[in-house]
Amino acid sequence: MLWAAWFAQGIHGGNMQTTVRKQRFKWHIVVFLAPAVLVYSAIMIFPMIDTLRLSLFTQEGSKEVYVGLKNFQTLFHDPNWSGQFWNALGNNVWFFIIHMLVQNPIGIMLAAILSVPTLRFAAAYRTVVIVPTILSFVIVGFAWKLILSPLWGIAPGILDAIGLKSWFHPWLGKEEYALTTLALISVWQFIGIPMMLIYAALLSIPQEILEAAECDGITGFSAFWKVKLPLILPSIGIISILTFVGNFNSFDLIYVAQGPVAGPNYSTDILGTFMYRTFFGYQLQLGDQNLGAAIASVMFAIILVGVCIYLFTVQRRLRRYQF
Amino acid sequence: MKMKYKLGGLLLAGTILGGALSATAEEATISIESWRSEDLAIWQDKIIPAFEASHPGIKVKFTPTSPTEYDASLNSRLAGGTAGDLITCRPFDQSLAVYEQGNLADLTNLEAMKNFPDVAKSAWSTDDGSVTFCVPMASVIHGFIYNKDAFKELGLSVPQTEEEFFAVLDKIKEDGTYIPMAMGTHDEWEANTMGYYNIGPNYWKGEEGRLALIKGTQKLTDKDWVDPFRSLAKWGAYLGDGFESQTYSDSQNLFTLGRAAIYPAGSWEISGFNTQADFAMGAFKPPVPVAGQDCYISDHTDIGMGMNAKTANPEAAKAFLNWMGSEEFASLYANALPGFFSLSKHSVKLDDPLAQEFVSWRETCKSTIRPTYQILSRGTPNLETEMGRVSANVIKGTVTPEDAAAELQKGLESWYKPQQN
Repeated sequence: MLWAAWFAQGIHGGNMQTTVRKQRFKWHIVVFLAPAVLVYSAIMIFPMIDTLRLSLFTQEGSKEVYVGLKNFQTLFHDPNWSGQFWNALGNNVWFFIIHMLVQNPIGIMLAAILSVPTLRFAAAYRTVVIVPTILSFVIVGFAWKLILSPLWGIAPGILDAIGLKSWFHPWLGKEEYALTTLALISVWQFIGIPMMLIYAALLSIPQEILEAAECDGITGFSAFWKVKLPLILPSIGIISILTFVGNFNSFDLIYVAQGPVAGPNYSTDILGTFMYRTFFGYQLQLGDQNLGAAIASVMFAIILVGVCIYLFTVQRRLRRYQF
Repeated sequence: MKMKYKLGGLLLAGTILGGALSATAEEATISIESWRSEDLAIWQDKIIPAFEASHPGIKVKFTPTSPTEYDASLNSRLAGGTAGDLITCRPFDQSLAVYEQGNLADLTNLEAMKNFPDVAKSAWSTDDGSVTFCVPMASVIHGFIYNKDAFKELGLSVPQTEEEFFAVLDKIKEDGTYIPMAMGTHDEWEANTMGYYNIGPNYWKGEEGRLALIKGTQKLTDKDWVDPFRSLAKWGAYLGDGFESQTYSDSQNLFTLGRAAIYPAGSWEISGFNTQADFAMGAFKPPVPVAGQDCYISDHTDIGMGMNAKTANPEAAKAFLNWMGSEEFASLYANALPGFFSLSKHSVKLDDPLAQEFVSWRETCKSTIRPTYQILSRGTPNLETEMGRVSANVIKGTVTPEDAAAELQKGLESWYKPQQN
């Protein structure tokens, strides 16, 4: 997720002036970059390339044998694997859709409300919304499991108190609700990120533009729609791509809440959990590192393609305004 | 500074010990690899002193690794030649792989082996049963733990047959004070481990059915294998509200807090429950479908002990393994860890009444192990994982018992040759 943020930032602020002037080679740049590049290569680039390599091999006894694309063939054509793969991919898409439909609009709305200059206690609200983001997945998963527990949770009690007991279901244990419930928990946790990004974008809109709009009679709600929203579209683009990358890399919350089998009946299985189960094994199922690496490679490809589509189609058409 | 000094001392002690080991032939030190780090105190205070008292000249060290790291670290130490002399064996395929790599010694002719029945040895034997490479150590038994106080209060007696079992559940449900049974389907493995494997052996006649499944003469769609699913399908009605999202630890808490009357159990729960529950507990064996028929219990092999093929002290290691087949060890181990039962033929008297109840079933019933553990979970889809998912679906009622069995059979047939005809 981080690399995408840096990547996106780089493009965002990419119109730096390039001065063509003859200069001595700037050794200090190399020296200063070296630690970060070395560490990043060692813990990110190298494992990634090795994962891609691993996906082209298979284990025979204690030897590694090159098999080309056979692992991918198994993944896409062997019904035992492809069924689970498409199921995980479908779930992952649904997980992403919920984030796009719920997290980002609400995040924008919260940012819009927070940026109203007359709002009191804005800092307090901002803090409250951002706090879940810094919590660990384990805590979030565990806390929500308890909140929603039919046995000890407060959710059934609250619904009972307002006379809606019949609305309560053991959501995390029902095939039809579990994935959506988890997606909403994830939305709850991460809503602070789009909110902060949009909030920053909104604050950077110069007052003169808003005042000019006001002179033309555009105020309040329509000022948001007609003036602010077009100006923050690039930021919305960035949060969309961050959400995309985050969701297709996602694993922790599902693992913490539902375990490695992503029950009930694989209904919450996403690519991350599917990869984990395949790579490390589960109970009597022995881990298959090569097939696991193949799944990880597919995840990488999906994210890469998604980001490229965004960069080459959406990002280019977004108009940017320089103030 | 002090830390460093200590570390240095430790290293020094290690070298001296190592030196002493090679210097005197009579004084041999053997070390035990294990994942049971929680048993460290029991080994050091009870088991090892007992062994050393009867075997002067042999010193034993228990050196456990954490369970999640055990297999990986053991493999690397075996490869590097630094592994201990005795190796705690996981059941079936994991240990079989270690044996096939040549890292576990063949113990088929070990004196102590005659003290163990074939079922116990099957977990650590090659597929054809010709070679055994670990001494069976302990098993866990399935059954039902119940709240004695609740049963007394409601005037219930322990059910013997399936019919009585559901009658008891009906009465508890009718009364409404207690949740009839504490189990959830959230974690899935609970559904097959505590459900299907628990009640099943009575239907598929224990070893007879299990071995027939491996041979391919029975199928999972046969009546004997579908019937336990039919019984399991009725369980949903007796579980607590929202059992679909009830986890394993929820179930444990529900029972030990006294809110549920019956807990489908494995004997490993005993020590935990003894400290948690403040009511009297009893246990009953899985009810038989027809009154008076032979009973079968799941007496699942869980831990064994093998010998490093490259050990420098094979004699001392074998002496220890032989001692593990003795009645003394059986009694020591089973009493120190109630719920983990010795697999030897000796009848051991247990101090813990609940554990004693579980182990007493061995005298009247025939033992078997979980049907998916030997051979049948080697392919894809993995039968054990599928068993959990499908059993949970049956209890929830989202799939019929017949469809559940058909789904499992289809998966098994897709890779397991003997089932394909």
